[in-house]
Amino acid sequence: MAQYLRKTNKLKEFFQLLFGHPMGAIGVAIITLFLAMALFAPFLGTVDPSASGDVDNLLMPPSSQFWFGTDDLARDIWSQTIYGSRISLTIGFVAALITVFSGTLVGLIAGYYGKILGEVLMRIVDFFMMLPELPLMIVLAAVLGPNMWNIILVVSLVSWPTTARVVRSQVLSLKERPFVESSRCIGASNFQLMFAEILPNVVPLMFAQAVIMITEAIYAEAVLSFLGLGDPTSISWGMMLHSVFESGVIAESYWWVVPPIASIVTLIVSFSLLGTAVSDILEPGYKEKKGF
Amino acid sequence: MALIEVENLKIYFMTRRGPAKAVDDIGFCIEENKTLGLIGESGCGKTTTAMSLMKFIKPPGKIVGGSIRYMGNDIVPMTDEQIRRLRGKEISIVRQEAQNALNPVLTIGKQITEMILEHETVTRETALARAKNQLNLVGISDQRINSFPHEFSGGMKQRAMAAIATACNPKFLILDEPTTGLDVVVQRQILMMLRNLKNELNLTAVFISHDLSVVAETCDRVAVMYAGKIMEESDTVSLYQNPLHPYSKALIGAYPSLKGERKQLKSIPGAPPSLIDPPPGCRFTPRCELAESICSREEPGLDPIDGRRVACHMVK
Repeated sequence: MAQYLRKTNKLKEFFQLLFGHPMGAIGVAIITLFLAMALFAPFLGTVDPSASGDVDNLLMPPSSQFWFGTDDLARDIWSQTIYGSRISLTIGFVAALITVFSGTLVGLIAGYYGKILGEVLMRIVDFFMMLPELPLMIVLAAVLGPNMWNIILVVSLVSWPTTARVVRSQVLSLKERPFVESSRCIGASNFQLMFAEILPNVVPLMFAQAVIMITEAIYAEAVLSFLGLGDPTSISWGMMLHSVFESGVIAESYWWVVPPIASIVTLIVSFSLLGTAVSDILEPGYKEKKGF
Repeated sequence: MALIEVENLKIYFMTRRGPAKAVDDIGFCIEENKTLGLIGESGCGKTTTAMSLMKFIKPPGKIVGGSIRYMGNDIVPMTDEQIRRLRGKEISIVRQEAQNALNPVLTIGKQITEMILEHETVTRETALARAKNQLNLVGISDQRINSFPHEFSGGMKQRAMAAIATACNPKFLILDEPTTGLDVVVQRQILMMLRNLKNELNLTAVFISHDLSVVAETCDRVAVMYAGKIMEESDTVSLYQNPLHPYSKALIGAYPSLKGERKQLKSIPGAPPSLIDPPPGCRFTPRCELAESICSREEPGLDPIDGRRVACHMVK
């Protein structure tokens, strides 16, 4: 992406376009908010989120002292929500990076080299796609142990085939386009055709995929943690939901349920908005339509 | 010395109903700094012939016989890697429909520099400077180096294609209907640009077109193709003034002339023959006005007459 933008040498213009796109502006604003939350968690969180509080403060509804109330161990829910964003964002970004990178590489090679190599790669992709996602994630998480990096590994393992498929189908169409044949006519090598001619055409798609993958990873982390397969020593939104479910007071303590769910939903929606905006902007010709 | 020598070239497309003889036993030479025109109806094998000069025949097409010598070296037995090094560096091409032949997401400058860097070991700065020079050469301001293809007009895209094709100073340029799809004013500009480019870079070229007037303006010699065969090969002036082969006559008769008397345009009755099962003898026989019995029995050779070559029993 960086190379793509440097090529146009218009990073400033890109951001102008992004903020001019209503969805993009809203998405970026919310994501920035969450990023700031994750970054400045120690300053925003009023107390240590994992420290149990006074016995008198168990399951307190929101008050001036505990903005979002407390849980059954008298821990501050506001602080937990703040610190939880760290886990979700890290898992989202890292998993999306791994997934999109490997998926694009496999899709590109499989699409470009149709015949045997492509078929073999796609059968491997099919294999990974056929695996039942949730049970696999649960089993792997259980086997590998509850740890953030294992969750990233699990999420990447089940998500890359989607990207590979989408990229491959695009490459199949792109490689038959006249500009690829023209480049071949003037002596471009396979490597150059794949990475210099076809890949830049797939970049908008990669962005769309990256955004989907980020949201999927955040979602997967929440699911695994909720099911009790998350890292019990770290605090995430999924773990919060797990705790509230385990505690048996889910029906009474709305203040404990709403913050993690609202956070997950808001973050996922804002990434989707950003994804739509970015793929719009990277489409050639969008700039002109907006009068740049 | 001839830069390109083609002998007994046969290119067949292997179809399920048998081989379609798209190019069947043709031969010609192109002298250095000369331009050969290839004319004929759609499907007569012009483009196949031209693409074969850089060994770019896609399956099911196959070169089944003959030789194509570039500077004395036969390119038919060359490996893919050997021929790839020739493409663009020695033998280059400007294709029709430049709108689709440029990568939509890369700037023009990027596309030219990439081409140079692929074939030569120069620094990125040198390549960029040469790219700017190329743009000037084809009549585009070098300020447009960071423009994307969709910001160009049709004529400019065709110019940009020419700039990319000649970026590595090739010796031989294939022009595959470079003016198709452009309006006449732009056509003229492109032709002038190509002529300028050809003089500037000492290019030898083959020019494919079905527009006889364009060929008349650009080519030193012309080969008339019909159903995979060369029917007549001649210098341009004699061909237009005095076509010998009945097909050449018909082709030229079917084209309006600006000067001279206003004649009813004559179309050629019938349709080109099947290339899988061509008629015996001369392939033009079924549509020929002069055909006699020998024509459908024996295939005429491409015989030399006054510095021209004609394949017809009736012209002797």
